[in-house]
Amino acid sequence: MTTPVRVDVEKVSLAFGATQVLRGIDLSIEPGEFFALLGPSGCGKSTLLRLIAGFNQAQSGRVRIGGDDVTRMAPWERNVGMVFQSYALWPHMTVAENVAFGLEERRQPRGEIRRKVADALALVGLAELAGRRPGQLSGGQQQRVALARTVAIEPRVLLLDEPLSNLDAKLRVHMRRELVQLQRKLGITTIFVTHDQEEAMTTCDRIAVMSEGRIVQTGAPMDLYDAPATRFVAEFVGSINLVDGSLQKGIGEGALFVSPQVGSFSLPAIESMPAHGDVTLAFRPHSVAVAGSPADPGLIWLSGSLAEREFLGEFVRYRVRVGGADILADAPHLSGTTWFDTGARVAVGIDPRELRVLRR
Amino acid sequence: MSARVTLPQAAIAGAIALFLAAFLVVPVLAVVWIAFADGDGGLTLSHFGAFFGVSLLRESFWNSLYVAAASVVVASIIALPLAYFTSRFRLRGALLVQTLGVLPLVMPPFVGAVAMQLIFGRNGSVNLLLGDWFGLNVPFMDGLNGVIFVEALHYFPFILLNLSAALANIDPAMEESAQNLGAHGVRLFRRVVFPLAMPGYVAGASLVFVKVFDDLGTPLVLNVTNMLAPQAYLRITSIGIEDPLGYVISVIMIVFSILAMWLSARALRGRDYATVQRGGAAAPRRTLSRWQAALAYGWIGLVLALVLSPHLGILLLSFSKVWSFTVVPEAFTLANYETVFANSSGMIVNTLVYAGLAAAVDVVLGIAIAYLVLRTRLPGRHLLDLGAAAALAIPGVVLGIGYLRLFRGVEIPWLGGALTASWIILPIAYSVRRLPYAVRSCTAALQQLHASLEEAAENLGASRRRTIQRIVVPLMAGGILAGFVTSFITAAVELSATLLLASSESMAPMSYGIYLYMQSIAGRGPGAALGVIAVIIVAVGTYASNRFMAGRAAHLETRT
Repeated sequence: MTTPVRVDVEKVSLAFGATQVLRGIDLSIEPGEFFALLGPSGCGKSTLLRLIAGFNQAQSGRVRIGGDDVTRMAPWERNVGMVFQSYALWPHMTVAENVAFGLEERRQPRGEIRRKVADALALVGLAELAGRRPGQLSGGQQQRVALARTVAIEPRVLLLDEPLSNLDAKLRVHMRRELVQLQRKLGITTIFVTHDQEEAMTTCDRIAVMSEGRIVQTGAPMDLYDAPATRFVAEFVGSINLVDGSLQKGIGEGALFVSPQVGSFSLPAIESMPAHGDVTLAFRPHSVAVAGSPADPGLIWLSGSLAEREFLGEFVRYRVRVGGADILADAPHLSGTTWFDTGARVAVGIDPRELRVLRR
Repeated sequence: MSARVTLPQAAIAGAIALFLAAFLVVPVLAVVWIAFADGDGGLTLSHFGAFFGVSLLRESFWNSLYVAAASVVVASIIALPLAYFTSRFRLRGALLVQTLGVLPLVMPPFVGAVAMQLIFGRNGSVNLLLGDWFGLNVPFMDGLNGVIFVEALHYFPFILLNLSAALANIDPAMEESAQNLGAHGVRLFRRVVFPLAMPGYVAGASLVFVKVFDDLGTPLVLNVTNMLAPQAYLRITSIGIEDPLGYVISVIMIVFSILAMWLSARALRGRDYATVQRGGAAAPRRTLSRWQAALAYGWIGLVLALVLSPHLGILLLSFSKVWSFTVVPEAFTLANYETVFANSSGMIVNTLVYAGLAAAVDVVLGIAIAYLVLRTRLPGRHLLDLGAAAALAIPGVVLGIGYLRLFRGVEIPWLGGALTASWIILPIAYSVRRLPYAVRSCTAALQQLHASLEEAAENLGASRRRTIQRIVVPLMAGGILAGFVTSFITAAVELSATLLLASSESMAPMSYGIYLYMQSIAGRGPGAALGVIAVIIVAVGTYASNRFMAGRAAHLETRT
């Protein structure tokens, strides 16, 4: 096993023709970290990954791997292993030949290559398929071969470009666990590109959320979920209610929240809450209670009518019309729980401790 | 698709089968039969023994193999770098290169051959210049070299087009992953790119091999007779239709054509390497270093100069008074065109009529075969497809010999007169020879047409026949036209079967006229003029069909 290295991206910008794809990206990835680049399609996450692999050239800025400046290095000189979204297994070579390729390009001795190929295939549990052609493998097996081929060269950094997107839902969950185990075993610095927030949150140590060529927020999955810095992150990671309004001076330490959509109510002092100005309140559906009438006085109660309900197994998701806004509320479901009917007058209770105030 | 086979379907299939039997299968079987017949109703191998006993024929056999193989090699040397450079690197004018790369196909090789002799021959422009400058004389055009050179320059686009398509179909990640694992440059090409593009290359190369192996016109125009096709032609026309060795040669040519096509099909089996994934972007083109770029542009320039030389040569020749022992003609004139229009305008008309008829027949058969194969469950429908495709493996000379033998003394029903002496035999031969092209384009067009479009029409009350009329044919129009044009332009310059079947000058098409003119020094000028006209007809046809196809595609895209 090689010693894990850090990856630093410094002020990297990149344009394809007139389209600015990356706008001043700064990123530091710690040695051995499992790091996700998360964002919608077109946000520049794959471009950034390909730039680290050497397939894209930055117009400005630097990329360092283990402190070495690799900005001008050709892809084949970087020793950075990439697993492609399509796996890119060569159909004219067997599984073993695919895995041996990078070692052969490194002119390693024959015996060593044989040993490393066997090791890599054993690592992903495909030792018995060494003689097959890629076309004879299932999607999950192809994925493992692609992984084995990449880790066989003992790269300094492992890059994963949407590696799970071509698998069906069940296999995806299974493979992402295997990915985590493999990464822990190898201890290799890993960068994982995905548009699926669940994938990123379940696998990675830290996540950088990207939008329109910029990094919007970087942090551990729980930090992003609990304390989204912007409306974009809040909406992108998990489900959330967003209510626009403005803050005015209230009683004591609290403030008065005035919303043209849901009316006004007072808020207790919340961390990082400005004294006044336009804000958006963000709160998760599972922190919202639904009742026939206001109950717990610790909650902020609003009244509305039940517009829609969806049964999702573990919980029922209610869409409650409050003034001009829809508020989602998830009520846990156990057998025998009675549901509110659509059209019913209900009260929704928002837990102020679960509220985030985003400046607009 | 309906499981029920209807009477009209069966009747149409029967009619096509009858046509293919009469004008393809039986004539070819007749040729094969005579090659093995001992004259008393038995079978014998003695004719084959006799064939290999004649040293000229043995030599011809090896020469044909050598020329075909060498043409593939030379064509590959031309096409490979062009395909790779234009598909993988940032080059100015890559589109121009690809377009010019197709230009050789609009000029039949036997037309270009004479011009090539004037430019590259022992006393041609290039050798005169080389002699003046370096005291050199390179035998580009001597004997078999000339055939190889002309054929390779004419047929390399088959390799270029197939290879370019194959290269474009490779998922860029295939190459990037190789780079990521440490491969680049020549090793990247040798280990990953070329193996993945191999199916395209093999398809193109085998086509070149078959075309060159079967070609009659080019060796004849270049006065090379020690090859199989010229020997078959000379045997039948000088010794007579009874000479069994002509039939033996025919059988050998068929066997090698089929062998080459079978080998390529075998090599391709299970190797569908079209690896482009959904959402896959086009390969990002790499930038060449300065000296690499110089090398690439140098090679491209050289190839384009070679590619354009027959066109330029034939144009110069058509306007020249005399052209020999000089770099360029000494005096120019329009007299050659006057001669052609005065004496040979009938040939131009003949060509248009024959090629038009042949293409029309091909398109009708092509639509019918495509429909029967893809949209019905008619038993034996694949035999029709196979029968039509088999024409590819039958050299024109062989088909000509088969017609002469089988239809000897056969009168045309109602009209009277011998079929072999009538002009009708020519469009029939052309339509059989070019049928595979039309079937291929019609099949491709129908394959892209979702069956639900037809089912929707039937659901709304249209009968099968009305559905074909109102939905299928209009939506296949692009493919049908492409098939028509391909059949037309290739039939317009067909020479192999024409040489055997054109029995009088009044029924001769342009290709035959060009060949006749080119036999004498004095006829070269008018021959070239006729050649220029043929090239223009072919070029206009190609351009028109490309334009129509492009417009059609755009039109359909906005609709669907």
